[in-house]
Amino acid sequence: MDDQLFARFKKCAVEVLSVDESAVVLDAKFGDDLDADSLDLVELVMALEEEFGITVPEEDLDGVQTVGQAYELVTNKLG
Amino acid sequence: MSAGDVTMGGAAPTGRVVLITGGSRGIGLAIAQRFAVLGDRVAVTYLTTPPPAGLLGVRCDVTSVADVDRAFSEVEAAFGPVEIMVSNAGVTKDGLLLRMSEDDFTSVIDANLTAAYRVAKRAAGPMLRLRRGRMIFLSSVVGLLGSAGQANYAASKAGLVGLARSLARELASRSITVNVVAPGPVATDMTAALSDERQSALSAAVPLGRFATTDEVAGVVAFLASADAAYITGAVIPVDGGLGMGH
Repeated sequence: MDDQLFARFKKCAVEVLSVDESAVVLDAKFGDDLDADSLDLVELVMALEEEFGITVPEEDLDGVQTVGQAYELVTNKLG
Repeated sequence: MSAGDVTMGGAAPTGRVVLITGGSRGIGLAIAQRFAVLGDRVAVTYLTTPPPAGLLGVRCDVTSVADVDRAFSEVEAAFGPVEIMVSNAGVTKDGLLLRMSEDDFTSVIDANLTAAYRVAKRAAGPMLRLRRGRMIFLSSVVGLLGSAGQANYAASKAGLVGLARSLARELASRSITVNVVAPGPVATDMTAALSDERQSALSAAVPLGRFATTDEVAGVVAFLASADAAYITGAVIPVDGGLGMGH
């Protein structure tokens, strides 16, 4: 894993979800562990799009439940 | 003043950032002036006529998503994030159904309903981050009453109710309220251009027997943006002299 990339991802999650940095780990579930609802996730995706200069279509978000899945989505977009 | 200083509610609400689309005349101008008197920082969008001094005028064609984005960005740069958004800009292209072209229909829907979606969408992000906000859509009594010769306009104004109520549900968890104001006939340059007979007939149809003043509409909009209205969302408030009773 690219530590620098994940640090940028983590910064977005910490800011948008108002969670502690230590809570943003790959197997953390957005709903259960980070107390994030659907609006939080929309905001996070928007923040990630801005931070990484990517576009995440709605259908790519289906089934994304964990930090790891979301991070993978971002790294895939970055190629 | 930074965005952090902006507050909503309290005894003397001042300095809230307000954006009104179509605010250089008529109802929109009255709403803008009402907020300005309250001490808010008021921006209005206009298409051709800039607003009078004291209001930040931003040229914006609400049928253009790029224009809407640029208008918000200008207001954000000048005042900070918009916390009260009033979607007021609108057009009419009246005609009986059989004489109404598809372009007459879709262009009115675009300017009145799709524009409200564009403005609300652009406003929602910053409001989500603020964890508060007020969206107010100017509809019309004809949205629920219908109006012969105004199928396009009435459909667009009815559509605002479904739009507002859906957004009210989507955004409620962030203390963002979304409400609709539905005026009846209002004394503006637009209605002054109607014939005397037409104006008399309109007045006669209203239980209160007269047109509303633009101030009477502005007062209700200001109320919906006030601390007193914090628990009102998804409402359709008629300001129609009783014309739409039962709807």
